[in-house]
Amino acid sequence: MTLTLDGPRIVKTAPLVQLRGVNKSYGSVVALCDVSATVYPGEVLGIVGESGSGKSTLLRMMNLEETPDAGSYTLDLPDLDGNLFDLDRFARRMLCATRIGIVYQNPHLGLLMKNSSSGNVAERLLVAGERRFAVLREKARAALAASEFPLERLDAPPIELSGGMQQRVQLAKAIALEPALLLLDEPTTGLDVSVQALVLDTLKRLQRDRHITMVIVSHDLGVIRTLADRVMVMRRGAVVEAGLADQIFQDPQHPYTQQLVHAKL
Amino acid sequence: MSLASLTKPWAPMSYGFLDASAKRELRRKMIKAVCVPGCQMPYASREVPMARGWGTGGLQVSLTLIHPQMRVKVIDQGADDSVNAASIRRFLARVSGAPVTLDTLEADLIQSRHRIPEEILREDQVLVLQVPNPEPLRSVQPNMSIARQMHGDADYGRMWLQLYEQIVRSGRVMQGASYPSMVNGRHVMTPSPIPRWDVPKLHMARHLTILSAGREKRIFAVPPYTRVEPLVFDDVPYRVEDHGGLTCYRSGTKGFFMNEIPQGDGSSAYEVSDSAFGVKAIRTREGKGIEMGETWYKDGAMTQ
Repeated sequence: MTLTLDGPRIVKTAPLVQLRGVNKSYGSVVALCDVSATVYPGEVLGIVGESGSGKSTLLRMMNLEETPDAGSYTLDLPDLDGNLFDLDRFARRMLCATRIGIVYQNPHLGLLMKNSSSGNVAERLLVAGERRFAVLREKARAALAASEFPLERLDAPPIELSGGMQQRVQLAKAIALEPALLLLDEPTTGLDVSVQALVLDTLKRLQRDRHITMVIVSHDLGVIRTLADRVMVMRRGAVVEAGLADQIFQDPQHPYTQQLVHAKL
Repeated sequence: MSLASLTKPWAPMSYGFLDASAKRELRRKMIKAVCVPGCQMPYASREVPMARGWGTGGLQVSLTLIHPQMRVKVIDQGADDSVNAASIRRFLARVSGAPVTLDTLEADLIQSRHRIPEEILREDQVLVLQVPNPEPLRSVQPNMSIARQMHGDADYGRMWLQLYEQIVRSGRVMQGASYPSMVNGRHVMTPSPIPRWDVPKLHMARHLTILSAGREKRIFAVPPYTRVEPLVFDDVPYRVEDHGGLTCYRSGTKGFFMNEIPQGDGSSAYEVSDSAFGVKAIRTREGKGIEMGETWYKDGAMTQ
């Protein structure tokens, strides 16, 4: 099933992200089945669904960590043409390191726990070729400040930080190079409610101030409702419903979406 | 087994101890290493009558290159007279019939552990460095398969990050030896645990340097006139050890790499680390007419 998601506020511009007909199976388990998605510049796409619905697999596809069995993925950037799934390992890595930021649910996947927090951010700049220590330091500080990380702990290793702080370091690392696309995989899961609110506020502010295009995956409808402009509902590897956030939450059409929304509310 | 059986004359052995196929493989790997400067080439490190980690890699390269007319010098941390250096030197001489020397200028082949001599090496000289750990990425990537991919992709961001962390934590780069260096603008290598003082000597050097790790089974090389640039941030210059102002208490030489010798009263005396160079300086001072070669450093600063 292919769903087009052209809402009234997004038809003016070309999509930044286009995923078409993505399929992925692990042995006999179908993780993604003919999934298509479009993300426009500056908007936030929320992906919701139960555990095992394929949300995180789709996000890993967008971060080029996985190769699908079929499908295409394009990013509308000046120096990028063609299907990104066809890129070789090195090109993928460089693209992800410089143009796509990701915040993982588990900070251990995204951070070097024993390096300093500023070093974690600096690593991204180093991969992009920055070789001036003072500039690295300043940019790391700026990115951490933007993610509302307490700067007195600039050089503390993430292993000594709380979960919320670790997510802020991940966020700073992800936005350090002003990525074209920011992927958020359950960024607030496991955090207590007050810390969740702080992280969400930071994300909202970043989106408002920097117009970063985001794709956020969560099973928490509250998080999606707070952040997303449009929502895609997934179940068993397929998209069952997609539309504007208000539309999905106020008038869900698919029985599964209704169940999900009502279970939450 | 008797002592007599352990001291067979060299004649019944293959020339240079290693058999012909081993030497052929080593030669091929050395050529490959020269062709791709700084890139580690795997080889089947053979057993030699010495424990792994005591210079078996360097010894195998020396045994492969050696011939009866080749003058051999062996140094260990700059000293010709350490037990390890003396043993390797005697072994090389015994299995090859090659003459040995302590003088850097006279040597054709110099096998060294952790130092490069103070006198400038010539185009016809070969320096063989013993390497305990050839993989510069090991400290940042323990998985060697991934480390090899990182070399393939020239992905050295983590190496730079290591330097960043050192500056953040200590205010300066703390890497004392094995300073990661970019060879020919492509591969980062560890120049064996030579001090920072010695790394600039490899840059555009006239001589061939072969680095070999016997335990880790890797050979890499720095051909003559090849760029060897230590990884440094643009705004944090590379610094060698601050030995420029130290004077050797025995030879009186000044501005060379020194060994610190703690004294009973808590102070320190210093002697020049390159022992043969120190001896030559003493002989020169005594008016013995010894030829002193040009040195890489003058008054503690690189001359080239």
